[in-house]
Amino acid sequence: MSKAGWIRLVVLVAFFGAVEALCRTGAISPKLIIAPSAMLGAMVKLLASGEMGDDIRQTLLSVAIAMGLSIVGGFGLGCVLYWLPPLRRAVDPFLAAYYSLPHFAFYPLLIVIFGLGALPLIVLATLFAMVAMTMATLTGLDRIPRVLIKTARMQRLSLPAEIWHIRLPAAAPHLFSGLKLAVTYSFIGVIAGEFILSTSGLGHQIAFAYDNFDNPTMYGLILFVLCIAIVFNLLVFAYERRLARQRGL
Amino acid sequence: MTIVARLTDVSRIYPPRAGHAAVHALGPLSMELRAGEFFSVVGPSGCGKSTLLDVLAGLAAPSQGTAEFEGKPVNGVVPDGVGVVFQEDASFPWLTVEDNVAFGLRRLGTDAAEIRRRVDFATGFMGLRDFRRAYPSQLSGGMRQRVCIARTLVLQPRLILLDEPFGALDQQTRLLMGDELLRLWRETSATVMLITHALDEANLLSDRIGVMSARPGRFIDVVETGWPRDRDSRLAERPDFGAVTSRLWSLLRTESMLALGQGAVAAQ
Repeated sequence: MSKAGWIRLVVLVAFFGAVEALCRTGAISPKLIIAPSAMLGAMVKLLASGEMGDDIRQTLLSVAIAMGLSIVGGFGLGCVLYWLPPLRRAVDPFLAAYYSLPHFAFYPLLIVIFGLGALPLIVLATLFAMVAMTMATLTGLDRIPRVLIKTARMQRLSLPAEIWHIRLPAAAPHLFSGLKLAVTYSFIGVIAGEFILSTSGLGHQIAFAYDNFDNPTMYGLILFVLCIAIVFNLLVFAYERRLARQRGL
Repeated sequence: MTIVARLTDVSRIYPPRAGHAAVHALGPLSMELRAGEFFSVVGPSGCGKSTLLDVLAGLAAPSQGTAEFEGKPVNGVVPDGVGVVFQEDASFPWLTVEDNVAFGLRRLGTDAAEIRRRVDFATGFMGLRDFRRAYPSQLSGGMRQRVCIARTLVLQPRLILLDEPFGALDQQTRLLMGDELLRLWRETSATVMLITHALDEANLLSDRIGVMSARPGRFIDVVETGWPRDRDSRLAERPDFGAVTSRLWSLLRTESMLALGQGAVAAQ
């Protein structure tokens, strides 16, 4: 392991050790935070009991759908805007200002339109995540070196071949950072939406436990959400590292 | 003598765009490339050398006049049998050296054994054999340019156009790459046109050197060097070598000063 890795490990262990000790000695009240070991125990117990199975499935399914929609839709929208510069110039200010909007404020409106259930959450998360993918797609396509396009022409490639064999791989690093954002934003969108107003799902269960002072369940679920996010990120990170190493980044 | 490519009264004018007047970038000029010769183009910066190459390669259509390759018109469509190496690094960073080199053949659907054979030859020829599985990012600028040359070479072009391919390299590397270029030219019997701003390089490598005027570029003169086909960078030690470079410079000096005056316009 690298030096930085060791330092990271020491920091983590020290932090959780300190919290554990403070909780065990009663310096931190269990009404505020329960000991990390208790969180882990609660998580394992919750998962083993299977009582959260439906909520977990529903949340992960919503996240997966939102991810798929925002990645495909965001990429598609990016491509359309790239090929139609007048349209792009027209909507550019909207894109630039997009993330200054409080998206979650529109959630009640989405419920009115789509009803209470998974659908408004998926729409919310997709709206939240898609534009990041669109902007990354545009950046990626913009930054393709002109000489590579000229090379494609010298190789007498058809337009589909040029897109598949030159433009997409050349834009890949930017597409990938868009993809990472879309993944993260989809998670945030669904879980935060469930937290605000929902009758099921992980976010709802966390909020429900919170309202009932059920700290073990709340912390157990938070830890579980954290674990899913970390696993997802590690997968994406590992792939990205491989990509970056090839290109010497 | 067979003519491989011919430009007749070609000019290239960039139409006016918002805030810019029309730019007359090139010509009218005429030229012929003879089969198997090494032709270089020198000229002051901004004189349209790269535009000339674009027209010959079919990357840009002439605004007036005609461009021909092997007797067929080239009108902004890249003809089969022409390869270009650009000044900028055009290697594909997502492919290994051998995949870079095999790129064109794979797109053509050439069978695997033939691809293998030609890639082996081209990587060997360009001294890339030990780097076949490396990615371009692991190579120096000179090596990457070799990858691009090898990628063009496997397609067995009959006309190779080089747009200042060594412009970004240091002087020693340039000299060595020049030698390799001469070897490649001799062994493939392709016709080569090199665009360069280095007069020594043009002198050393070429059978004929076209000297261009300031923008809009035309040929002021075509200098025949008369060097033996079997030459390399040691040619520079010959007493008559300097005379050719001096001749080129005396032709170019006024034009370069003119171009310097145009600098503000050319920079746009």
